[in-house]
Amino acid sequence: MLTYIIRRLIGAFAMLVVISMVTFGIFYVVPQWAGATPEAMASRYVGRAATPETVHLVAERLGFYDPVVVQYGNFVKGIFAGAQYDYGAGVEHCPAPCFGYSFITGQPVWPDLLDRLPVTFSLAIGAAIIWVIAGVSVGVLSALRRGSFFDRLTMGTALAGVSLPIFFTGMISLVVFSYGLGWTPPGGAWTDFSANPAEWAYNLLLPWITLAFLFAATYARLTRAGMLETMGEDYIRTARAKGLRERQVVVKHGLRATLTPILTLFGIDFGLLIGGAILTETTYTLPGLGQYAILAIRTQDMPQVMGVVLVAAMFVVVASLIVDLLYAVVDPRVRLS
Amino acid sequence: MTAPLDVSGSAAEAHPESVLAGAGKAIQGRSLTRIAWMRLRRDKVALAGGGVVVLLILVAIFSTPIIAAFGHPPLEFHQDQIDPATLLPKGSFGGMSAEYLLGVEPVNGRDIFSRIVAGAWISLLIGFLATVVSVIIGTVLGVIAGYFGGWVDQVIGRLMDVFLAFPLLVFAIALAGVIPDQGFGLEGNGLRIAMLIFIIGFFSWPSIGRIVRGQTLSLREREFVDAAKSLGARHGYIIFREVLPNLMAPILVYATLLIPTNILFEASLSFLGVGINPPTPTWGGMLSEAVRFYTLPHFVIFPGLAIFITVLAFNLFGDGLRDAFDPRAH
Repeated sequence: MLTYIIRRLIGAFAMLVVISMVTFGIFYVVPQWAGATPEAMASRYVGRAATPETVHLVAERLGFYDPVVVQYGNFVKGIFAGAQYDYGAGVEHCPAPCFGYSFITGQPVWPDLLDRLPVTFSLAIGAAIIWVIAGVSVGVLSALRRGSFFDRLTMGTALAGVSLPIFFTGMISLVVFSYGLGWTPPGGAWTDFSANPAEWAYNLLLPWITLAFLFAATYARLTRAGMLETMGEDYIRTARAKGLRERQVVVKHGLRATLTPILTLFGIDFGLLIGGAILTETTYTLPGLGQYAILAIRTQDMPQVMGVVLVAAMFVVVASLIVDLLYAVVDPRVRLS
Repeated sequence: MTAPLDVSGSAAEAHPESVLAGAGKAIQGRSLTRIAWMRLRRDKVALAGGGVVVLLILVAIFSTPIIAAFGHPPLEFHQDQIDPATLLPKGSFGGMSAEYLLGVEPVNGRDIFSRIVAGAWISLLIGFLATVVSVIIGTVLGVIAGYFGGWVDQVIGRLMDVFLAFPLLVFAIALAGVIPDQGFGLEGNGLRIAMLIFIIGFFSWPSIGRIVRGQTLSLREREFVDAAKSLGARHGYIIFREVLPNLMAPILVYATLLIPTNILFEASLSFLGVGINPPTPTWGGMLSEAVRFYTLPHFVIFPGLAIFITVLAFNLFGDGLRDAFDPRAH
């Protein structure tokens, strides 16, 4: 058990290192392969009107002439220890999680990210709860009533669900439920949880369901397949023969065995969930990390994009670490080995 | 998402006829492919999906004559169809008429039908070629990992884990966002299409890689591989002549199921504005323009339906193909 936890922790750490390297590579190394000079990269910081001398000076101060390894080292150091930016007239100190300064606003990126994190987090958590409960229960019910009208209806819906792009369902539900029927708030509505929990949930209801629908479809299909297989096992027959109530047989014996692969999928899906959250936020114009990323990409504001990518990746790594640890609780084979 | 495919199940090989009880008169030897084809022919839903896929491919190939016959050039503005006061289409139902089959876009009055037909080409091209890229990467790494095992398997296995846990869309957005205007001898959307194919393919290989690895692991232990080894065959010969032919069925099935995922991937990137640049028509791009016009459902519905039908058709066909090759499915 302890070795398992330690191995997972090391794995998560290695993952963060790889992700930071890949992110760094995308923004600093790939542009240079594609032919961007250090001056071209520095000119983004100083604007188009700057003289070549200024650009050269800025490129030097930002370390764009250093070897890639040194640049990467400074980048990591900035995140853990903060960084100093020498802009000639003085020295600007960027405190500990330093993701640099925005090209456009000149503001540090980290506080912006902190502002937007709760939105994406609320969206992801709520949707995850809905899709796991809905997906698993629908899957179990259709497996138990295989071939029934309910089974065919839900499985048909699930197949449609995995084939529908999230931004399309989002737009259609906005048109129908918000602008047509007026049941849900219009796009862009957001209230902080601490300010008013009821309104928070009301505003997020439609985005939650939209995001959850896609994943619930996958989980329903998987749960159904797993349950069908499990319920045919010998020990289910034995449990029934012992005279256990059907409810107990299904939940304690059948579902328990089906849950393990679903939990594995859940761990993997956090990566997809962030992507889904970005699409959902864009569709509903929610002020979260995804919207921030898209705005940053449209304005070519690389420090902002990089900050979002790193924070999102960290979120995924931490989430899958938690799932891995939960795995030890659910699966006795992991716990005992 | 689904259980790994086992086309080499001993049950299917020992009694291929039992699966098809009552299907033929005389008992005759049938290859797995023939059995799969016979099953697929009886699966109406999968055939319908396959039919739609073929139709879509034809539409994509002949998009130019189709547009010439039924629509207007996809980039042509039709200001006469737009009400100058509201910037919305003049006619009812978004300007749908015999001349503009699916209506016109607001503001500039471009023909929606033509744009959807033209968009099919990019969607399918990127969906197919990105899948080819991931199949190549996934098969090469999967076979190497499964066949050689040991530390090679460990390294490649970890690599797959890392990729599976990556927030792919975030990275793809970041990468697609830094694509320059020209490079590698290409420019503009030509370069973007090539880059998107590579980015999407590069991020979606681990699903195929895992399947191939698992299959190779079990194939490696089979008698015919032992026989080849004892005859002195080299690794290269065993991999290409003994292992790979047996992997064709699962690769085909999972490639078919990967195409719709990749089409959705491209649509998402274009929707977010980091895919193909406008004015080149893409389904995702059309939807992102439609966001501003909630009062015009037709503008949202047609590109959305195009994506939905394409992805659903591929999913239905892929599911049918998987069931046809899976001896346990019946």
